[in-house]
Amino acid sequence: MSDLVETAELTEAETIGADGVSLEALPPFARFIFRGPEGAAQAVTEAFGISLPREACRARVAADRAALWLGPDEWLLLAPQSDEAAIADEATSRAGALPFSLVDVSHRQVAFRLSGPRAATVLSGGNPLDLDLSAFPVGMCTRTVLAKAEIVLWRTGPDSFHIEVWRSFAPYVRDFLREHMREFGN
Amino acid sequence: MLLIPCPFCGPRPELEFRYGGQAHIARPENPAALSDGEWAEFLYLRDNVRGVHAERWRHIHGCARFFNMLRDTTTDRILTTYKTGEPRPEAV
Repeated sequence: MSDLVETAELTEAETIGADGVSLEALPPFARFIFRGPEGAAQAVTEAFGISLPREACRARVAADRAALWLGPDEWLLLAPQSDEAAIADEATSRAGALPFSLVDVSHRQVAFRLSGPRAATVLSGGNPLDLDLSAFPVGMCTRTVLAKAEIVLWRTGPDSFHIEVWRSFAPYVRDFLREHMREFGN
Repeated sequence: MLLIPCPFCGPRPELEFRYGGQAHIARPENPAALSDGEWAEFLYLRDNVRGVHAERWRHIHGCARFFNMLRDTTTDRILTTYKTGEPRPEAV
């Protein structure tokens, strides 16, 4: 399904650059929203290969996979697209009869990377969080808002942000960021 | 902008939250046994407090969890927030 028209439109757009900040659309991922109690979280930890972060608003990365805390019993799992079926099968078999929910949202969302020394400044054009490194350190992730759209914001480096947004909001988010990047010469 | 202390995520901007009405309203165990008047009271009648009010909020654009808050309706000062299911704390 990765060849959906909307995805093609988004990913074809080459990197949008400005002085000190650039925006690129990331290739498709396998994405899951996992919700469940402690026992099931343990099973998913074994199936996914990353210990799900229990600390609020923190992400954990291992190799090419990442687990992002979204709520006290809710995590977003990111992995290469080719692992999609394997993760679902593995988690389902390990969790056994435990109640949990693992929803494949791979095609619901698209991802952007905003990077550069001015990335936080550009995000602050539409996001009310304090994005200073002391308040929003590397590895912090959270659902939040960017102007009128809901996003998941994850700081992957001091000057690098991973943005997950629902597909239908993606053109809006991209254009909104582009507008704010114009300040730095696009 | 108000900063609202989510019990799970810490202080966050009010844009991420939605109001959820008065807190600590238990649905009657057996609605069929209630008169129309009592049922209407459960459905529609809410306190209109001047002062400290216990209310539900949802961190909808964050951890998405409901929680409760004590807020002074005259000053809009947030006294405390606590998780759903916990008893109402003494007003600070």
